[in-house]
Amino acid sequence: MSGIRLLVGTKKGAFVLTSDAKRKDWKVTGPHFAGWEIYHMKGSLVDQNRIYASQTSGWFGQIIQRSDDGGKTWSTPGTGEEDLRGPDGMPKGGASNDFRYDGIPGTHQWYDGTQHPWEFKRVWHLEPALDDVDHVYAGVEDAALFESRDGGKRWSELSGLRQHDTGPRWQPGAGGMCLHTILINPKNQKQIFVAISAAGAFRTDDGGKTWKPINKGLVSQFMPDPSAEVGHCVHRIAFHPSKPSTLFMQKHWDVMRSDDSGDSWKEVSDNLPTDFGFPIDVHAHEPETIYVVPIKSDSEHYPLDGKLQVWRSRTGGNKWEVLTKGLPQKDCYVNVLRDSMSVDSLDPCGIYFGTTGGQVYGSSDAGDSWNAIVRDLPAVLSVEAQTLK
Amino acid sequence: MIRVILPHHLRTLAKVGDEVHVDLNGSATVKSLLDALEQKYPMLRGTIREHGTLKRRSLVRFFVCGEDISHESPDAPLPDAIVKGEEPFFVMGAIAGG
Repeated sequence: MSGIRLLVGTKKGAFVLTSDAKRKDWKVTGPHFAGWEIYHMKGSLVDQNRIYASQTSGWFGQIIQRSDDGGKTWSTPGTGEEDLRGPDGMPKGGASNDFRYDGIPGTHQWYDGTQHPWEFKRVWHLEPALDDVDHVYAGVEDAALFESRDGGKRWSELSGLRQHDTGPRWQPGAGGMCLHTILINPKNQKQIFVAISAAGAFRTDDGGKTWKPINKGLVSQFMPDPSAEVGHCVHRIAFHPSKPSTLFMQKHWDVMRSDDSGDSWKEVSDNLPTDFGFPIDVHAHEPETIYVVPIKSDSEHYPLDGKLQVWRSRTGGNKWEVLTKGLPQKDCYVNVLRDSMSVDSLDPCGIYFGTTGGQVYGSSDAGDSWNAIVRDLPAVLSVEAQTLK
Repeated sequence: MIRVILPHHLRTLAKVGDEVHVDLNGSATVKSLLDALEQKYPMLRGTIREHGTLKRRSLVRFFVCGEDISHESPDAPLPDAIVKGEEPFFVMGAIAGG
């Protein structure tokens, strides 16, 4: 029997929300890792019970957690009995949080324009590979891409990205210099798209060895050269798996679209009340139906006029309609962060988002109406929907 | 046997109670103690000391017998009271934030 599992990362722990296919009644478990920041959790498409989680703390650093039973139990990879001693009898394991940059890390641009050393801080996003349950990518701050091929026990950097000759010109956004989005082309898994705040979007066509910035058409007025090759604060990119050459982007300001795998972009914000925002996502069955949550401005990270609204375009941008049924339409001043929106693949498509006020809203009719699944979690950092078989 | 008291978040990470016990072979120093602690609980690697450099993480503090020894050499001998298990070795998260 199918159902939905929502993986919700918050400022103070992880929560797992489950429902049957009707998506009316939800069971909430958690907090897992209580008191820790859970930046992101994501399940494998190869095995729906394999879930990776990024657990972090300003005091104690980065932890990677893994579940092999759908989020009921968790462990740090590489610390099981079988992992603790190597063939020579020497202890090993405990490397699942060892994210060391390849070679001498070098420097990037700091807030004041000076050069600053690359320093690992945390994992923002975990993206399981599409064909191997033990292969998973990690997008980290300071921006870099890592991968593990042993279920998260050990990580190595795909350093061609960070060592791109534009690296010294990348700079942190307000939330840090994070690699927050990883999209793997299901038709060609050597093609991967990533997005970095504030460097922009990048693409590899050779499995991560070499990368190119794909920011042509982006205009960011805060930059000395608004159309520069890098430096853009891309908040999120998304595509439909059946049409991976069409990318959608929520930039700091502007909603953008590319029909050539990111080689060029055009703005599709049109009638949005504000084109600032963080998440963007695509309907599971309609590649031209996309969703954003407009936020008032980069200085005021809350909805316009205190009304929480999702906007939907059924034309891949430009013609937008507002979705408000079931969402608070007064006195609402929460934010919706970049990794906090997700869709399921049931019919009709379900769509979910979490807020910094601790609400997780869900729609089982592609956004026409909404319900609060939970209202009082800690601030939500990420939401991932799994459609259970 | 050395008694070690971890901060709450590291206890939940290592799935241990209020106090853990560590046996040392040879000299008793902060370094040898943390080496043994991480060997027994490998999930703690990188949480108290950084990987590679083994530098104490900046918001972690070590207390013994009422004294903050965080800035002392990791190779300095631990007091007899710690070595004999009369007093615990405290790993603490520094007070920061609101």
